[in-house]
Amino acid sequence: MIVYILCFVLFLVGLYGVITRRNLVKIVISLSIMEFSIFIFLALIGYIDGGIAPIITGQDINPTYVDPLPQAMVLTAIVIGLATTAMLMAIAIRLYRKYGTFDIREIKNLKG
Amino acid sequence: MNSLIPLFIIIPLATAFIIPVIGKLTNYFAKTITPVMLLILCFFSISLLFCSKQESYIVGGWQPVDDIPIGIYLVLDGFSKLILCIISIIGFLVAFYSISYISKYTSENNFYALFCLMIAGMNGVVLSGDLFNMFVFLEISVIASYALVAFGVGKNELEASFKYQVLGNIASFLILFSIALLYWQTKTLNIADISDVLQTHDDSVFLTFTQILLITGFGLKAAIIPFHAWLPDAHSSAPSPVSAMLSGVLIKAIGVYVLIRLFFNMFEFTYEIAVVITVLGTLSMIIGSVLAINQWDIKRLLAYSSISQIGYIILGFGIGMMVLSKGGKEGVAVLAISGSLFHMVNHSVFKGLLFLNAGAIEYRTNTRDMNQLGGLAENMPITSTSSLGASMSISGIPPFNGFFSKLIIIIAAVQAKFYLLAFLAVMVSIITLAYFLKFQKSVFYGKNKNFRDIKEVPFTMSFSMIILVILCLGLSVLAIPSVREVVFDQAVNSLINLDEYLNLVIKY
Repeated sequence: MIVYILCFVLFLVGLYGVITRRNLVKIVISLSIMEFSIFIFLALIGYIDGGIAPIITGQDINPTYVDPLPQAMVLTAIVIGLATTAMLMAIAIRLYRKYGTFDIREIKNLKG
Repeated sequence: MNSLIPLFIIIPLATAFIIPVIGKLTNYFAKTITPVMLLILCFFSISLLFCSKQESYIVGGWQPVDDIPIGIYLVLDGFSKLILCIISIIGFLVAFYSISYISKYTSENNFYALFCLMIAGMNGVVLSGDLFNMFVFLEISVIASYALVAFGVGKNELEASFKYQVLGNIASFLILFSIALLYWQTKTLNIADISDVLQTHDDSVFLTFTQILLITGFGLKAAIIPFHAWLPDAHSSAPSPVSAMLSGVLIKAIGVYVLIRLFFNMFEFTYEIAVVITVLGTLSMIIGSVLAINQWDIKRLLAYSSISQIGYIILGFGIGMMVLSKGGKEGVAVLAISGSLFHMVNHSVFKGLLFLNAGAIEYRTNTRDMNQLGGLAENMPITSTSSLGASMSISGIPPFNGFFSKLIIIIAAVQAKFYLLAFLAVMVSIITLAYFLKFQKSVFYGKNKNFRDIKEVPFTMSFSMIILVILCLGLSVLAIPSVREVVFDQAVNSLINLDEYLNLVIKY
C-alpha cells in the first residue's frame, strides 16, 4: 500500500509545483513530475508479486505473469507526454523571446 | 467486416499527413483538399444520421474471447452519429471560411494539417468504445488545438496557449488517473465491459472517487464554471476560424460528449452525482452570462457566453439524470435530454456563426474593441444581418432555433417540478439578450467613428456565414415533435437504455 501512497504524494508534489512556481520552465518540470507519478501508478497496477515477464514459452511450471496491458498503456502515454512537453517548451521559449523573461508575473496581458 | 466507420478517423488523419508533403509543391492543394474532405464526411455523416443502423467495429479483427472484448472497439450509435454530424458540418464551413481568412498568416499548410488532425482526434473520441483509446484521440485533438491557439505567435496568443496547456494537461492527467483506477478495479478498458463489471461491483467509495476525478477532468475540458479559467483567453486569442471550431465543436466533442457518454453508458449514476452535475451546469449558466456583460472585447464576450450556453446543455442533462435516478417519469427525462441535444446542435451553429462574424469584423478593421467600432451595418450588410440572426437565436427570440431548444429545457424543468431551475434559465436568457443587444448596438449600429470606407468580406467568408444563418432559421423545424423524434430519438435511446449500448458491443 505504501508505494501507492508515495505515488500519490509524487502527484501532489507536482501539483504544488504547478501552483506555486513562477518560472515557466519550472511549471513545465512540475507538470512532468505529475505525469510520471501517473505512469508509475499505471506500472504498479500491472505488477504482481513474484510475476515474470509475460512471454509464454511453455517451459515455466505454474507461471505467474505480470499484466502486460498497463505497460503498453504507459508506453503510449509516454509518447503522448513527449508531445505535450515539447509543445509546452516550444511555447515557453517563444514567450521568452517576446517578453525577455520566464517570470509569469511579467506575462499578464490577458485579464478580465 | 465491411464497416465504413473507421473512415471517419482515417480520412482526416491521412489528409493531415499528406498536406505538408504535397502542399510544398503547390499552394492550392491544402486549401482545396480540406473543405472537399470535410464535405465528403458531411454527406457521409448525414446519411448515417437518417438510417437506423447502429454498429460496432473491431479494430484489427481481434474477436472477443469467451464473450470478453479484448480489442479496440469503434462504436457508432445514435449519440455519436449526432456529434459526428456537428463536427463535419461546422468543420466544413469553417474550413471554407479559412481559405480567405488564413491567407494573412504565413505557413497556411501547417494550419490545415493541424485542423485535419483536430478533426481526426474529435472523430476518434466520438467513435471510440475503449477508454484508453479515447484518451489517445483526446490528446491528439487537444495538442492540435494548443498549437492552433498559438498560431498567430503574438504575445496574447502565446500566453493564452500556455495557460490552456497547463490546465489542459492537468485535466488529461486526472483523466488518465481515473482510467488507471478503473482498470485497477475492473481489469478491462472497454466501456461496455466496464459497465457490465460494475453492475456486480459494490465498492461505492472507489466509484465516487473515480466519478469525481472524471467530472473534474472532463469539466476542465468542457470549461464548466469552476474550471473555466482557460476558455476566455484561449478562445479569444485564437484565429477566428479556430475559435469557432473550439467553441462550437471541441468543448462539446471532448468535454460534454464524453462526460455524458461515461455517466449514462458506463456508470449507473446516483442521485448525488446528478445533483452535482446539475449544480455545476446552473453555476456555469449564471456566472458565465454575468461575466459576459462587462466585456468590451467581442471575442471575449462570445467566449464567456459559450460558458453560459454549455451550462444550459449540462443543466438539461442534469435534469434528465435527476429524474431518472429518482425513478420519475421517463417522458420528462427524454424531453430534457432531447432538449439538451437540440441545444448542443444549435449552440454549435450559432456560436460558430458569431465567431465567424467576429473574425469578419477583425479581418476588415483589425480591432476587436467594441469602443472603437460602430455603425458597420451599412458597410458590411451580410456580416451584420447574419450576426443579428445569430444574436437573436442565442438569446432566444421565437422564430430562431435557440428559442425552441431553451423552451424545451425549461418545459422539462417545469414538468420535473424544478421551478427554481426553470426561473433561472429564463433569467439567464434575458441577461443573454442584454449583452447581445450591447454587442449589436456598439458594433453594427450607432455612429461610425473610425471605419468609414471598409468593404464587405470576400465571398468564401460570407458564404459560410450565409449558410450558417440559414441553418439557424432552418433548424427550428426540429422543434416539431415528429421531426424531433426522427433526429434525436436514436440518440436519446442509446443514452437511456443501457442494454442497447451493451448489446451493440458485447452481443450476448
